[in-house]
Amino acid sequence: MVGDNDIRIKVEDLTLIFGKRKKEALKLLNQGYTKTEILKKTKCTVGVNKASFEIKKGEIFVIMGLSGSGKSTLIRCLNRLNDPTDGRVFFKDHDITRDSNKQLLNTRRTEMSMVFQKFGLLPHRTILENAAFGLEIRGEPKEQREEKGRKALKTVGLEGYEEQYPDELSGGMQQRVGLARALANDTDVLLMDEAFSALDPLIKADMQDELLQIQNKLHKTIVFITHDLDEAMKVGDRIAIMKDGVVEQIGTAEEILTDPATEYVEAFVEKVDRKTIITAETLMFDKPTIVNFRKDGPKGAIRKMREAGVDVLPVEDSDEKFLGYVWLEDMLKLEKEKVKSVATALNTKVPSVYKHYTVEDMLPLITGHHYPLAVIDEEEGRLLGLVTQTSLIIESTRFNDKEMDKLIGEANEL
Amino acid sequence: MEKQTNYNMEKILPIGEYIEKGINSLEQNLSFLWRVIDDGISWTVKNMNDLFLAIPVVIILVAIAFIACYVKAGNKMFTKSGLKKGYGLTLFVILGLLLIYAMGYWKEAIQTTTLVLVSTIIALILGIPFGIWSAKSNTADTVIRPILDFMQTMPAFVYLIPAIFFFSVGNTPGVIATVIFSLPPSVRLTNLGIRNVPGDVIEAGRAFGANENQILFKIQLPLAMPTILAGINQVILLALSMVVIASMVGARGLGSIVYQGIQQNDIAKGFESGVGIVILAMILDRITQSIGSKK
Repeated sequence: MVGDNDIRIKVEDLTLIFGKRKKEALKLLNQGYTKTEILKKTKCTVGVNKASFEIKKGEIFVIMGLSGSGKSTLIRCLNRLNDPTDGRVFFKDHDITRDSNKQLLNTRRTEMSMVFQKFGLLPHRTILENAAFGLEIRGEPKEQREEKGRKALKTVGLEGYEEQYPDELSGGMQQRVGLARALANDTDVLLMDEAFSALDPLIKADMQDELLQIQNKLHKTIVFITHDLDEAMKVGDRIAIMKDGVVEQIGTAEEILTDPATEYVEAFVEKVDRKTIITAETLMFDKPTIVNFRKDGPKGAIRKMREAGVDVLPVEDSDEKFLGYVWLEDMLKLEKEKVKSVATALNTKVPSVYKHYTVEDMLPLITGHHYPLAVIDEEEGRLLGLVTQTSLIIESTRFNDKEMDKLIGEANEL
Repeated sequence: MEKQTNYNMEKILPIGEYIEKGINSLEQNLSFLWRVIDDGISWTVKNMNDLFLAIPVVIILVAIAFIACYVKAGNKMFTKSGLKKGYGLTLFVILGLLLIYAMGYWKEAIQTTTLVLVSTIIALILGIPFGIWSAKSNTADTVIRPILDFMQTMPAFVYLIPAIFFFSVGNTPGVIATVIFSLPPSVRLTNLGIRNVPGDVIEAGRAFGANENQILFKIQLPLAMPTILAGINQVILLALSMVVIASMVGARGLGSIVYQGIQQNDIAKGFESGVGIVILAMILDRITQSIGSKK
């Protein structure tokens, strides 16, 4: 359960307007005028429009949107590199929008650290000096900050590079320095502004993995900006999708994929590689027809198959543990032989999956046979539901039902 | 006849007279200030001169050759690759200074160098803070820019007149005129260097809670340093180019020899002292440029 104490950052009605006539524009915005109308009337641009959300302690909260959606502006409101026009930003109980300049410097030094798209390293300083920069600004003594800097560089895998200069490092390594600089400050909030967007795809994937590993150890509260939905889905515990300064939807990757709140989000997520996100839990149909190993003999199994209109059914024993499948063909044979138990025909050598398995994980398991995948409980092996091959194929190919019917039709004609 | 007089237009706005009146009253009312400045500059120039002239020529030669080699090769100056990098400039410095010595203008060359050094230092002490200011404030920039244009394009002779007026003839009006003429590049290039510091680095500084001073001294000035050094190089060269004009108001050195050569129609004198100035200019330029290009 998430209590109030678990909320690390709380943003309320955050609005940022660029331009000279901010007050007027804000008034119009509150009266319900649109962004374009306001631009026409006041020549002011609404960068962020009444964004509200809560970020829990220890989660990676991704804000994603295309360029111009206001995501980078929004994250800069969290440390007031951009001063919000209206609204509040709370770090726990501390409202940073009310900070005086002096308090603000202190907040930036102690409450949060930031990683930038363009790294923002100091070219005239060594890697170690760069990593310890935040601590230097804070006024920590040299030995102490160098020790922390070394430790942070070790965390990001840059041991041995301390005395080199940023331009001697590759882009990926430079961003590791950027990350080390943020980690060295040891703040529990990390702001990452398109931190991996400037990197090559392979390096990017590496860095994402690394970030997740670090997060497993350190449990920071991370606000992560990206325009890459795949990246958002990979690193994000929860994702906020932004468009034109408005937060359109907030949810987990799967919630957003399976239940997009607006047309924009829907259009957006269409491009996503769903294979890696959709899980067995979403795809399975629960409460399938089940043959009970103890109670149902071949006769019962055949009746159940006829009712369900299938030729294969899962079998479980009396404590609901999944055992395997039985086929109609075998049942008919057993019935003829007057055998009372399905035991001899039970095929136990079948794959089963847990509910967090993704489509990608499941696809290799369906080749070479023709029965649904059983989704079972991780602890007790209880049968939770079945994932049919058809639904898996639909998910992985992204054909909708009509297209599938057409394909099946074509296949039948052949 | 009558019509021609129309071209002799009457002065409607006698700006020059106002300026003259203003300068007169400045001279009278602030005479104490002018005295202090005069004494300060004269004292500095004289003592630096005496100091340099007291050092044996050989030591100065070796010292400057060492500096030349160091700025080219850095810490590796005594290794093979370091010598390879540094020997050209070092050789040039030694030969050039020997030539000046052989021509018999060592004393004048020292006087000129002193004048250039004092002017440059004053120009930088004034110029770099103004450069920082105009980089930080657009208003300051718009005000300072035309003043710099004025200082650079107004013929140098024009401000020699009030300079003599305030300080009489000697080294001081020479230094003042040189400072005015050579100061603008230090302001302009400091401004440019700071403004060209990438925004993302400054933003990173701010995000970590750096205050304005920390931003300036830890980020902006170090990153602007190559540009600022290019400005310093320009200041030195402009200062050197003023030595002949400064000699007209009594500043001593190679410039005054050139001036004598002009007045006495002495080609030999003029050529020799001219070559001396060129050698000094090249030495100062190459050395300061190497400082700027070194990492």
